[in-house]
Amino acid sequence: MDAFRALVVDDEAVFLETLVKRLHKRNIDTTGVPSGEEALEIMKKKLFDVVILDVKMPGGMDGIETLREIKKTQPLAEVLLLTGHASVETSIEGMKLGAFDYLLKPIKLEELLTKLAQAFEKKDTHDQKIRSARIKELIRFPGRVLEQVKEEES
Amino acid sequence: MNARAGAFVDLGVISNSGQHLAYVGPYDLKGLNYYQHPWFDDVMSKGVYISNVYMGYRQSPHFIIAVRRQEGLNSWILRATIDPDIFEGIVRSAQVGKTGDAYILDRKGTYQTCPRFNGEILTQSHLNTRVFGTRTTVIEEKNTEGEKKTLYAGRRLKDGKWLLVISQEAAEEMSGLFATKIAEIVIIICGFLAIIFATVFTTRMIIKRLRETDSRMNELNAQLIQSDKLAALGKMAAGVAHEINNPLAVIIQVSGWMEDLLDEEVFQKSSNLEEFKQSIKNIEDHVERARKVVHNMLGYARKMEPRLEDVDVNGTLEQTIDLLKNHAITNNIEITTALSDDLPIIASDQSQLQQVFLNLMTNAIDAIGSEGLIEVTSRQVDSFINVDIRDNGPGIPEDKQKKVFDPFFTTKETGEGTGLGLWVSYDIIAKMGGSIRIKSEVGKGTTFTVAVPAVIPEKK
Repeated sequence: MDAFRALVVDDEAVFLETLVKRLHKRNIDTTGVPSGEEALEIMKKKLFDVVILDVKMPGGMDGIETLREIKKTQPLAEVLLLTGHASVETSIEGMKLGAFDYLLKPIKLEELLTKLAQAFEKKDTHDQKIRSARIKELIRFPGRVLEQVKEEES
Repeated sequence: MNARAGAFVDLGVISNSGQHLAYVGPYDLKGLNYYQHPWFDDVMSKGVYISNVYMGYRQSPHFIIAVRRQEGLNSWILRATIDPDIFEGIVRSAQVGKTGDAYILDRKGTYQTCPRFNGEILTQSHLNTRVFGTRTTVIEEKNTEGEKKTLYAGRRLKDGKWLLVISQEAAEEMSGLFATKIAEIVIIICGFLAIIFATVFTTRMIIKRLRETDSRMNELNAQLIQSDKLAALGKMAAGVAHEINNPLAVIIQVSGWMEDLLDEEVFQKSSNLEEFKQSIKNIEDHVERARKVVHNMLGYARKMEPRLEDVDVNGTLEQTIDLLKNHAITNNIEITTALSDDLPIIASDQSQLQQVFLNLMTNAIDAIGSEGLIEVTSRQVDSFINVDIRDNGPGIPEDKQKKVFDPFFTTKETGEGTGLGLWVSYDIIAKMGGSIRIKSEVGKGTTFTVAVPAVIPEKK
């Protein structure tokens, strides 16, 4: 598995801190933020492969709202939802909105790692498909590269 | 004249001096002087005389009627003898029935006609005529033995000189009346009995109905209180569970982090490495235990609305029994079934139903311990499918029966049961619109009855 970048969004500070440390130790480039707003902020600057998002965050943006925004900012990032029992329905709604999967709290790290790997694999496959599609396109219409460069500059 | 009336024995004309001037009749009475006779004075002074019955010259009972007629200075008396047989015939016509009698008495109580019983004409009657008044009088008399009552009705005739008496034994005279009276009494008694019976019967019925309604109301109230209580407890438990879940999530991460750190070289050299590892493992085990409690409490099925699918209740029961068969056999418990053949396929949630049956059967097995019998029956009752799960375990005392559906109520050893099985089951069935009832007797066993609404699936 390639090294990948993960973002953890959870309002429980100790949980967040510990999880980030544990993922780091497993060679996952992990960033932790305590709220939906900050997650969106950092996602404007940095690309992530997988976002681990707590569905229930009192105060500020809730998980579903954050999910919608994430899908607008980085549509290719896979989102793993962390949920309590009461919010299983919310998570199902989240999956309809494009979340990869959900995990019931309290989570076991092994479980999380498995799901992360699956999510990353999906993202990776997806990315590769996009890349190969682009390459095919480039080969067929080389002129498009210039247009794309212009687009990105503007 | 005689031919016309037929009542006269003879007729005679008597002068004012008492001389019998003319006579027609069977006796030779012409020429007799009546001047000395007491009735002669009477007829002379009053104008009319009617005698008592007497023997007279003829030596046969008779009585006479004499009428005086004034013609100028002379007065004549017409005297007629009345045939007592004819007279008696009239009186006798009043003798009715078997014991009825009718006769005429004079003032002294002498028979003026021949009575049917107890006497002859012109003999003395035992009746005291003075007891009879001027109007019709009825008197009652007991005979010497005091057994038979005789009623006498008397009426004065002939200015009170004669007394017409009609007598009859009370029993006979009144027999008709008595019969009527008895019939009347019987009818009244029957009526009363009917009224009393109806009153008692309807009162009983009403009381019985009231009692039934009352006990049903109580049952309903108890059920309402029960479901209210469970709903409140459920909300509270869910809240508590959530609050516990978050710290658990933190604890498990922190202890996991500690475990991660133990892999580092510094710690590997520590003499307490094993102790650390063991302690962390203990933390994780107990977090896991707490997690399971919370998980059961919130049993994810509960959080989902029941899914409607075609469910074969008998099939579900058989599947559940299959799951538990080995467990039961190891404990020498036999599971028998009596499943109704004609249960409809219903629209319900199979996995939730199975969870309920599993909970109840596991409880039954645990209650029995070892060696026993579990009977599973299913049948349709109105719009419900009732499933009975009966065990012959020790039973549940009445005071505990009310608590069995409470969360965390358990009779099992600490750590053996969470006390959530029945609570979750109750909730599942209540959400389906059914009910779970318990019937238990200490020493005999326990029966749980699950009533699942028999909703017929919509045709696809």
